[in-house]
Amino acid sequence: MRSAIFFLTGVAMMLLGGWVGLPKVLYKQQAQPLDFSHKAHVVKAEMDCTGCHDFREDGSFAGVPKLDNCAGCHAEPVGTTANEKKLVEAHVTPEKEIGWLVYSKQPINTRFSHAIHVKKAELKCERCHGEHGKTETLRPYEYNVVSGYSRDIWGRSVSRLRRASHEGMKMDDCMDCHKEKGAVAGCLGCHR
Amino acid sequence: MAAGANEMKKTNRKYRYGMVIDLDACTGCGACMVACAAENNLAPAPAKVTDRTSITLMRVFQVKEPAPMPARKTAFVPMMCMQCDDPPCEHVCPQQAVELDPRTGIVDQMVQRCFGCRYCMAACPFHARYFNWFDPEWPAGMEQTLNPAVAPRMRGVVEKCDLCHGRFHEAQDRAAMEGSDNITYQPACAEACPAQAIRIGDLNNPDDPIQVQIGKPETFQFLVKLGTKPKMYYQSKHDWVKRLAERDSANGNSNRRDA
Repeated sequence: MRSAIFFLTGVAMMLLGGWVGLPKVLYKQQAQPLDFSHKAHVVKAEMDCTGCHDFREDGSFAGVPKLDNCAGCHAEPVGTTANEKKLVEAHVTPEKEIGWLVYSKQPINTRFSHAIHVKKAELKCERCHGEHGKTETLRPYEYNVVSGYSRDIWGRSVSRLRRASHEGMKMDDCMDCHKEKGAVAGCLGCHR
Repeated sequence: MAAGANEMKKTNRKYRYGMVIDLDACTGCGACMVACAAENNLAPAPAKVTDRTSITLMRVFQVKEPAPMPARKTAFVPMMCMQCDDPPCEHVCPQQAVELDPRTGIVDQMVQRCFGCRYCMAACPFHARYFNWFDPEWPAGMEQTLNPAVAPRMRGVVEKCDLCHGRFHEAQDRAAMEGSDNITYQPACAEACPAQAIRIGDLNNPDDPIQVQIGKPETFQFLVKLGTKPKMYYQSKHDWVKRLAERDSANGNSNRRDA
């Protein structure tokens, strides 16, 4: 009996250590090159997501905007924040691109068409990106040290048991929604 | 409600892409092979590569009329995946890495799922499948030329022509942007052909100009007798070229090497 208690305590401790410790070992953090407030742009400046994250004419998605997009408004500082000063002095004036780290970056064999999901299926940005458009600061980018993929692909929750509907960008997460909507894409619909 | 149902029907439009290749127009220049390799991120072949271990998703064969020399004619036959409607490669794949896409009629090869048993290569009567014997390696700087719409394949998997799926994706994006349901595009080979011998079209669409070509008497297909229902059509006004289509090894398979 006593040995069983010792054994089970050991198992419980190992499991707990794994659940708590593994994410710390598995994921590494990297700070964004510049902080950015989505809230200031969306709420205060009353911009739309597509104001910066826009489609090109051919239907491809521009994704994270290039420096030109920022420079359109921020050629000179329009506010007083230190971040904006940094943007103008370190990036806009010397014309040096900001190396944003993209939370939702997928592996190269994945093809995701924003045009089909947003224009044709009329999904909202929030369906996959959550409330990212309302955040005040950029959280640190985290990546899996084994695969090199962003943590957002698996989702914040390591067990994936209790997660918000937008959390996780694995193939399973795509498939769940596709099954729900009866949208058949085939293998090469989403792979290349 | 009716509009919604109509909308649903519209988005489920099914394509059956096929090609017609005019062998009388083909000069054998090989531009299609080069364009194909560039489009699909084929790594330069290592020095040790042989005819058997190289990868050419599109290959132009030279065929010669079995006649004495002064009268002997030559033709060139571009061969690639025939996108069969009943693909033997799909049936034999133990990994379900091959799939006939019901929306496009394209035979998809899922290289991510392939474990390299090569059953599909044995099953394909057109020798349209190729195995990656080596790691893909690009000389320094050449990775700048890679096509971002196509993922490179790793060593140990089988690949084949997927009718330039990267271009299909781009056409899909374009159509979604325009709110249209008409996905038309040109594969790299068809675009590169200086003789415009390669034409692509939707076989499901009765108004597609390709239907006129298919209806012509000089149009034929290779190895129809095997019942794989290929979607690649060939054209030639010369009987000896058309006869190649049903030739088997017992009746002279010597047209590649007899000089």
